[in-house]
This record gives sequence, structure tokens and C-alpha cells, in this order.
Amino acid sequence: MIINSRFFNRSELMGFIALAAVLFVILPLTLDVFRLNLVAKYLTYAFVAIGLVLCWGYGGILSLGQGVFFGLGGYCMAMFLKLEASSVENTKIQSTPGIPDFMDWNQITALPFFWQPFHSLTFTILAIILVPGLFALIIGTAMFKRRVGGTYFAIITQAVAAILTILIVGQQGYTGGINGMTDLRTLKGWDIRPDHAKIILYFVEVVLLFACIGIAQFIRLTKLGRILVAMREQEDRVRFSGYSVANFKIFAFCMAAIFAAIGGAMFALNVGFMSPSFVGIVPSIEMVIYTAVGGRMSIFGAIWGAILVNFAKTSLSESFPQLWLFGLGALFIAVVLAFPNGLSGLWADYVQPRIDRLFASRKAKADWADNSVADGAPAE
Amino acid sequence: MLIGHQPKDFLLAVSGLTVSFDGFKAVNDLSFYVEENEIRVIIGPNGAGKTTVLDLICGKTKATSGSIQFRGKELTKMKENEIVQTGVGRKFQTPSVFEDLTVFENLEISFPRGRTVFGSLTFQRDQLVKDRVEEVAEMIFLKDKLDTYADELSHGQKQWLEIGMLLIQDPDLLMLDEPVAGMSVSERAKTAELLNRIIKNRSVLVIEHDMKFVEDIAHKVTVLHQGQILSEGTMEKVKNDPKVIEVYLGH
Repeated sequence: MIINSRFFNRSELMGFIALAAVLFVILPLTLDVFRLNLVAKYLTYAFVAIGLVLCWGYGGILSLGQGVFFGLGGYCMAMFLKLEASSVENTKIQSTPGIPDFMDWNQITALPFFWQPFHSLTFTILAIILVPGLFALIIGTAMFKRRVGGTYFAIITQAVAAILTILIVGQQGYTGGINGMTDLRTLKGWDIRPDHAKIILYFVEVVLLFACIGIAQFIRLTKLGRILVAMREQEDRVRFSGYSVANFKIFAFCMAAIFAAIGGAMFALNVGFMSPSFVGIVPSIEMVIYTAVGGRMSIFGAIWGAILVNFAKTSLSESFPQLWLFGLGALFIAVVLAFPNGLSGLWADYVQPRIDRLFASRKAKADWADNSVADGAPAE
Repeated sequence: MLIGHQPKDFLLAVSGLTVSFDGFKAVNDLSFYVEENEIRVIIGPNGAGKTTVLDLICGKTKATSGSIQFRGKELTKMKENEIVQTGVGRKFQTPSVFEDLTVFENLEISFPRGRTVFGSLTFQRDQLVKDRVEEVAEMIFLKDKLDTYADELSHGQKQWLEIGMLLIQDPDLLMLDEPVAGMSVSERAKTAELLNRIIKNRSVLVIEHDMKFVEDIAHKVTVLHQGQILSEGTMEKVKNDPKVIEVYLGH
């Protein structure tokens, strides 16, 4: 009996090496800083995609509101950066110096209480993880303990995304409204805007991405990973095997939320602003599409999906801004109808067998060569 | 030495159990008792409420009124997973196994350890687990299929796998809903053999239509009709009960 106890199997190891080579070596060497920064922006969605693989691909819980958690993470980071950019000397032309500019424009004269702790970077980093995590815990508990699932859950997450967008836009004085938080400058006095900072931030993000890949892969390989798959197929059988199905769903949903939040925080750092246009229904659905195109059952596939679809979006929306959304919709329909396991499914079905055959035939040749030498030896 | 009359301890005591779906009483004031190591078969025509009784015991359906006591614990107030943990295992009518997992993984999930979120994250596949899985796999005739994905199994093999998943839980009360339905004749014989082996040291509650099979295994038979008990007793007694012949066995 063979039990695979290794962390990555052979094709996953190849995926890991390929992704590491591309992100750590090939892209930084070949792209200019502007393009590299664009890749950094695409990669922020890769974090969301990893979470969706666990939650949707494995656990079967479709969340159409991942933008909420992406946004919460991003806003936490942006609040810290905004406070640092709003020092008294930077804002001395305001009627109330020392508070973010949009507050001043909205006749707010003192920093609101919930902004105060964001002076601390430690608090901010904790908040990036805990705020979305706790919010997901509350939504998850409220939904899954009542056995709300499937389409109903998806619709409710979408409603949450809509609500949060409306809240952010409506509370302009506290959140920066529709424009979001712009003009983010420094992180603990270190300017995040120049080229060398962008390159460093890119590498920090890639390292974090690989850390998240590691965590997701670890979860996938534990019994919890198998329970998620089991739950997706036969929820009752899992329940009547003695597991509290709701708790496992809540866990998967919270992990997906935390991954999304890390992506959001990296977005604020790399792109230099955060706005409600990354929170609402449309970006949330786009995140699901990246995952579906890449392959919802494959961590690496979903990451490639996030990179490639965003790359296509940037290229195509520059040339055909009207057509892009139709293209994205068509892509999603094509994925659902023609290749439900996305690019990684196509890879596993068509490319991987060829590679395996190539390896097998090489190995066979090598063995044959060895044997012929061995056979030939005594004759001499 | 026992002095005086000791009240008999039942493993399962169902009393006054009623469930109504929008006014329709699928189970109506039902009472029955299952002893330790007893094999009880529930028979009855379609719609008699047989599966609903199992649903009520395992917590899938909530009772409208009445009580279900298992070893003195009230099951009607517990959640499904807690009921499983107190020792009630249930097999569904249609085989429900995890088709995207291997036979080994299917059995491993049912192993009674690491059933919390944290527990399953830190669960180790140690020798104890492997030995137990292999032992059960041998009993259910799937020892050479441990690495096979469950979706490649035949209908009968899936049924066995699900029975195996229950065995590995080692429940004190095993509930089986039509375990031989849809099986071939040879699979049926093998299943009877399997059941005769696994029912040792535990009580079993079986729903079955195959009367030959029922006669082979039952200690006691309960006949349900329209949510109520029509007759109860040994197979011999039930078979000759005119009421039973009229509504169920006669045709």
C-alpha cells in the first residue's frame, strides 16, 4: 500500500518550482519596474485565489464576497499608511492638521476612536488578520450553524459585499468614500513609492504568497483537507461520522478570508491606494472567475489563473474597454461548460501525460542502455 | 446476587415518539425498546415511517414529541455528531461514501479520533489507524482496494464500504437502512455473512424488505404501519399475525 507522505507530489513539485522560478527569477529579470508592479497587483488576487481553492474547490463553499475580506485587509493597511502620511507637517494647510485629508474635507475635526489604534504597525498587522477573520467567523457561524449553504450562502455573501461597499461610500468622512484612501506614502518612514521600494515590496509579497501556499498545502494534506472534500460530496455522511460540519465550513471560510485579507493589505502597499471598487460585487465575482479559470482544485492553477486573467484584463481593457467584461463573462461560461477544472485540469489531462510519457520513455531508454552494457560486459 | 426485581436496562428506549410534517404524522406515538446485543429488524410497507424512525434516532429529523433514550441519555436534545459520539452509527439507504477519496481515506475519516477542527489538523496516520483500517477493509472484502477511489467501486462494494465506515466507528447501536437492496445474489450472501460477523457485541437496528434475509438475522421483528406498531415479536409470531399478513406479507 502506497501512502503519499511527501509535502508535494511530483507534478505539484514541478508546479512549485515553475512558479518560484517565474516569480523570483524570470519576471524580476525581464520586466521593468512598472510591469513588475503590475504583476505585484495581480498577485494580490492570487492570495484570494488560494483561499477560494480551499473554501470553494475543496470545501464546496462558494463565496461571492471575497472582496469584503480583501477590502478589510486592504483598508486596515491603508488606514495605517494614511495616518502616517497625514502627519501634522504634511497636513498643515488643513483646517485640522494631523488627520487624513478626506476627514478634513468632510468637516471632521478629530480622529475617530477606531482610527486611533492604527498608529501602531503591530496592531495594524494583527488587525489585517483578525478583523476579516472575526468577520468571517461571525458570518460563517450565523450561516453554517443554521445550515445555510450552497446558492443561499453565495447570495448572502454577495449581499454583504454590496452592503460593505455602500457603507464605505456612504461614510465618506471616515473611509474616504468612493475615492478610497489615496496618497499613501511611507511605511514606518520608508518611502513605498520609488522604484527600489516597489521591487522590495514585490519580493516581500512573493515570499508571503509562498508562505500562504505552504499553509494551504499543509491544510490540504491533513485529515481536515480530506474532510473538506468529503463534506463537499456527502455532507450527511460526514455529520454522521461524528463531525460538526458547520465548524469545518467556518474554518475553511475564515482561512479563505484571512488569505484574501493578506492579499488586500499587499494591494494597499504595492498599488498605493485602496478604494471600494475592490470590495463590491463585481471584484468579488472576478476573484471567483480567476480561481475557476485557473482551476479551483489546484492551488498553483488558481494562482496562474489570477495572474493570466489579470494580465489579459490589463492588455485587453486598454484596447477594448467595452468588450472586456463580455470577454470575462464568456471566459467564465467556457470554463464552466467546457473545462470545469480550469487550466490546471487541462494541464493534468493533456500536458502532464505527455511529460510523463517523455520521462518514461527516457527512463526506458536509459534502462535499456544500462542493460545492454551489463549484458555486453561478460562477452568481452 | 440480586435482591428483588431489577429493572431491565435497555440500550435504546423509544417512547411516545411522534413527528409530524405539516400535520401529517409520519411516526405516531411510537414506543419500542432494544436490548443490548439484540438484532431488531423493522419491516413494513412503503411509507410506514421506517426510515423516519432511524432519522429520528440519529438526529437527522427532530421529533415533535416523545423521547429517545440511549444508555440513559436523551438523544432528541443532542446534535447529530454528538449522537454519533455517544455510540450510534447509521448507514443510509443509498450508499453514501466519499467518491473523490480512496477506500483507505474513506475508512480513515470514520476512525473515531480527531473529530474537531484542531484534532483533524493534527491527526496523524499512525500504525494504530493503519492496522484498524486494514482490519476493517479485510472484513468488508476490500483489502486489495485500499488505494482505489470510491467512485470506481461497484454498488455492492460501496454498500460494504459504508458498512465498514460504521464498523470503524465501533458503535454500540448500529442502524442499517436496507443494507442488501440492489445487491446481486452473491453479494447478498456475502453481506449476510458480513452482518452476522459484525453484529457481535453490539445491538443492531435494520430496515429490510428481503424476508429471507430478515429471517436469517432477526432476533425480534417490529412491523410498522402508518407510523405505528402493527405487531412485534419473533419472526414466527409476526409471520402468523393476521394483521401483518393483511397489510404487508399477504401480497
